[in-house]
Amino acid sequence: MTMNATRRDLRLLEHKTSPRRLAVIRIVIVLAAASGLNYVVWRWLASVNWDSWWIAVPLVLAETYSLIDSLLFGLGAWRIRERGEPPAPPAAGYTVDVFITTYNEPVELVLRTARAAIDISYPHTTWILDDGDRDEVRAAAKELGIGFITRSADWIDRPRHAKAGNLNNALLATEGEFVLVLDADQVPDALILDRTLGYFKDPTVALVQTPQWFENVPDSDPLGSQAPLFYGPIQQSKDGWNAAFFCGSNAILRREALMQLGISRYVEEVEQSVYRAITTSRRLLARAREEAAGDRRVTLALRRAAEIVETARTEILRGDGISDVTYRFQRGIDAISTEYADSDIALMRDNLRELAALSNDPDTFASIDDAALELLSNRDTSPIAAIEAISLLANALNVDRGDEAQAIMPMATISVTEDMATSMRLHGLGWRSVYHGEILASGLAPEDLETMLGQRLRWAQGTMQVFFRENPLLQRRLSIGQRLMYFGTMWSYLSGFPALVYVSAPVLCLAFGVIPVTAYSLDFFARFLPFLVLNQLLFWVVAAGRPTWRGAQYSLALFPVWIEAVTSAFRNVFLGQPLGFRVTSKTRIEDGRRRWDLVKPQLYVMGALVVALVVVSIRILAGQAEGIAPYVNIVWVFYDLAVFSIIIRAVLYRGPVATTKEIS
Amino acid sequence: MTSIDVLIADAGGVVITPSGRLTVVTAPQLRTVVAEQIALGHRLIVVDLSSTEFVDSSGLGALVSCLKSARQAGGDLRIVAPTEQVAMVLKMTNLDRILQPRASVADALRD
Repeated sequence: MTMNATRRDLRLLEHKTSPRRLAVIRIVIVLAAASGLNYVVWRWLASVNWDSWWIAVPLVLAETYSLIDSLLFGLGAWRIRERGEPPAPPAAGYTVDVFITTYNEPVELVLRTARAAIDISYPHTTWILDDGDRDEVRAAAKELGIGFITRSADWIDRPRHAKAGNLNNALLATEGEFVLVLDADQVPDALILDRTLGYFKDPTVALVQTPQWFENVPDSDPLGSQAPLFYGPIQQSKDGWNAAFFCGSNAILRREALMQLGISRYVEEVEQSVYRAITTSRRLLARAREEAAGDRRVTLALRRAAEIVETARTEILRGDGISDVTYRFQRGIDAISTEYADSDIALMRDNLRELAALSNDPDTFASIDDAALELLSNRDTSPIAAIEAISLLANALNVDRGDEAQAIMPMATISVTEDMATSMRLHGLGWRSVYHGEILASGLAPEDLETMLGQRLRWAQGTMQVFFRENPLLQRRLSIGQRLMYFGTMWSYLSGFPALVYVSAPVLCLAFGVIPVTAYSLDFFARFLPFLVLNQLLFWVVAAGRPTWRGAQYSLALFPVWIEAVTSAFRNVFLGQPLGFRVTSKTRIEDGRRRWDLVKPQLYVMGALVVALVVVSIRILAGQAEGIAPYVNIVWVFYDLAVFSIIIRAVLYRGPVATTKEIS
Repeated sequence: MTSIDVLIADAGGVVITPSGRLTVVTAPQLRTVVAEQIALGHRLIVVDLSSTEFVDSSGLGALVSCLKSARQAGGDLRIVAPTEQVAMVLKMTNLDRILQPRASVADALRD
């Protein structure tokens, strides 16, 4: 099964960024890091205005946040890996499945991708994975002669897990050695497999990710759809640490790696749930025994149940197969609960019959049906109910994962963005990933503000779910570098909170004269300016000509989205509340209204910044604003306004001139 | 895979023997055979792996989904005498923590 690799292939597999470029980058990283530390340490030790601590401390915390962000960026870039030509594709004979995932996208859009997928030159099988189970799509797939997959009957009344579930279902229904995943709108290049399969000549490579690029976006990119920095230096930096991650589409995965991941997750989850079941059972039994004091028969039953639980515990600790242990556990508990529930109900029925015989009303007995008897025997506090509860536990927490449609779930289901979590787990198993930075598919980005905001929110929520559920810093099987690379992405989504500080601090200073920094002096400039300049230089060197301003604007201007993502993911993971997430619509809603209502917080911020400028002008004229502080803050306000101006452009944006008309 | 033999044991239970390679290509056959046996009313499924030369993760996945079907029908699935390669894969994925192989078919048929 291992592919043959020529000497040239091996050389290309090893290809790294040139030593000269790497040296330049590293020098700038060291300088930027040193100047950043110099500035922020000085800020903490010598320039926090403790009199106004309520804004001074948030400001210095926000600056510390930005420093850590910059250090993580630098750490990644330290090993940036810009791959060039890919190794040659393997000779024919390897099987590839191309999956086009769809839920509710327009049929014509799905078929446009399907037709391009059929034309991919390397031999493959194309499948449409239609989670909407639409007859139209089924008929069209048949006509095109490609596969059509919908959820199997196992998924009825079980969690569907959105796209991850769709892919997991299809993985069990197909058999290609490699899987190319495409979102419904991502039209592949015919060479997409020829340009990527060669990387699998390294038998430890599980994933090759390529960029997501959008064709319906003008050069000015008012909605910030293209992510040139992410699908460039950021993924390349992660690649250098073997942490380039899966982004859900335009990626090729090795089936064996995914299935192995599915198996090992299954084992881990079953082990955990069995431990939990045993611990909970012991607690339940202990409580029931207290309550049953006096009732000899019930105490006896509980003692028998306790023996079974203890036996299971010993067997698990001894290392017996969990399947056998749970089997015996279940059978033992079932036997007790059947026996006791039966005799209890029989006893109760006798009592009731006697009661009925004594009564003059002929309806008394008839009104007490078996359902009521069941209720009587299931009172919460009864010891019998405790045994029942254990038997329920034994059934629920079984080796069959009866609560899920499939025991094996290769794609992670802990997050609405299954991709990142899945690749983190693959890395944990020791697999490698590759980021190949060549555009090999072109997609459609959201064309209106509302859809764009929904999409960004979903990505951020998904990332934060992974952070809260499987914090990369705590994953022992990842290397330190891998942990920090995953953590870096999560860290960047926390930027909403510092952004709030970055806009309020200058407003407070200008309008109310609240000064968070004690020394806006030569000292300040001597430390702050080098950090600012070197940081920009680092971005400039690493980005190598790619535009970065749009990304910088949106990372500040979408602060309400980032804050909502963090808080809603927190409530979801720790309090079990729903995320309120929706599938991204790929087409625009054409009612022509300007959606100022979607960006109210940003408009308030801009209003406050303008008012602050007016107020400070009056204060300067009245001679109330002294020193250099107001001038520093005026510059700062103008920067903030330049950043937030993108929000106005986004609201005014009417979509591309003429690209997707034929699609929608 | 060359074949999957099915043998009804005297003691109740059915012995299924896949021979050759149990991989992504042949795993669906195993799933089908086990589903048929469960539908016929058999509750104890014994999978004899002594003539299975090679198994991949999809093959293991098929064993797990057969275990799931057996358990949901109120029965059980047990595996017997894996060859060296199969035992290694079971160990590598930790699946042997859950499906611990029995030494012989007779052993597996005992409750």
